[in-house]
Amino acid sequence: MSLRSPLGKVLGLGAAKEGASHWWTQRVTSVGLLLLTPWLLISLLVLGDLSYDSVVAWIGAPLNTTLLSLLLVVWVYHAQLGVQVVVEDYVAHEGAKLLLILAVNFLLIALGVLGVFSVLRIAFTTAGLN
Amino acid sequence: MSNYERPLSPHLQIYRWQYSNAFSILNRLTGLFLTVGTVLLVYWLAAAAQGPVSYASAVILFSHPLTQVALFLWLLSFSFHTLNGVRHLVWDTGHGLERRAARTSGWLVFALSIVVSVLIWLLALTRFSSRVEMGGLV
Repeated sequence: MSLRSPLGKVLGLGAAKEGASHWWTQRVTSVGLLLLTPWLLISLLVLGDLSYDSVVAWIGAPLNTTLLSLLLVVWVYHAQLGVQVVVEDYVAHEGAKLLLILAVNFLLIALGVLGVFSVLRIAFTTAGLN
Repeated sequence: MSNYERPLSPHLQIYRWQYSNAFSILNRLTGLFLTVGTVLLVYWLAAAAQGPVSYASAVILFSHPLTQVALFLWLLSFSFHTLNGVRHLVWDTGHGLERRAARTSGWLVFALSIVVSVLIWLLALTRFSSRVEMGGLV
């Protein structure tokens, strides 16, 4: 049962316009990152060799491709959620706020797509086969 | 929308710094810095996707002392933001919100983040020790 009045909901009253789902998604992405970032760190340390051949072979392994892609999506999503609240909180000028929010969203999405595309490209073009 | 020259309530410029608001702002600052670092992660992946020549250029960039300093700062930010994030998740369950617990957990997170960062950095140095290993340049 929402405490918001129907009029308030429709008019999007309040600084961030809506927030409960944002709060939850921020938590979910946090837990995702808590699982995936140690995985990446430990995997690279165990791999030990960061030369081109070694890295490309590692990325091409199906499990690594999958987890790396998921990490990028969750990472970018979490970053977007976080940066957006910072902009909403500290940028007073409505026009600048809107522009900044658009810019941050577009940049992060582009980074995410480039990252996932790179991972997939490596996976589809290298012999990760045994 | 509305551009009235209303005075806004000052916060960062006026409120006294304490561990509570300092760690909270630090969480935001580290989050922003981490986001900037995403560019380096994606650059590394894109370089690998382009091929050995691009990857060699990436290695040169990453080996540069300034980049190494930035990477360590990024690691510090990552450790603090992650540990403080866990602190936030614990708060979400309702625990640790009392003043004493919050102060202890805050300083614990701060100290741990430095220790953990140094440990990981040393580990990485020993694992990725030779430039040859890093770039296959030779």
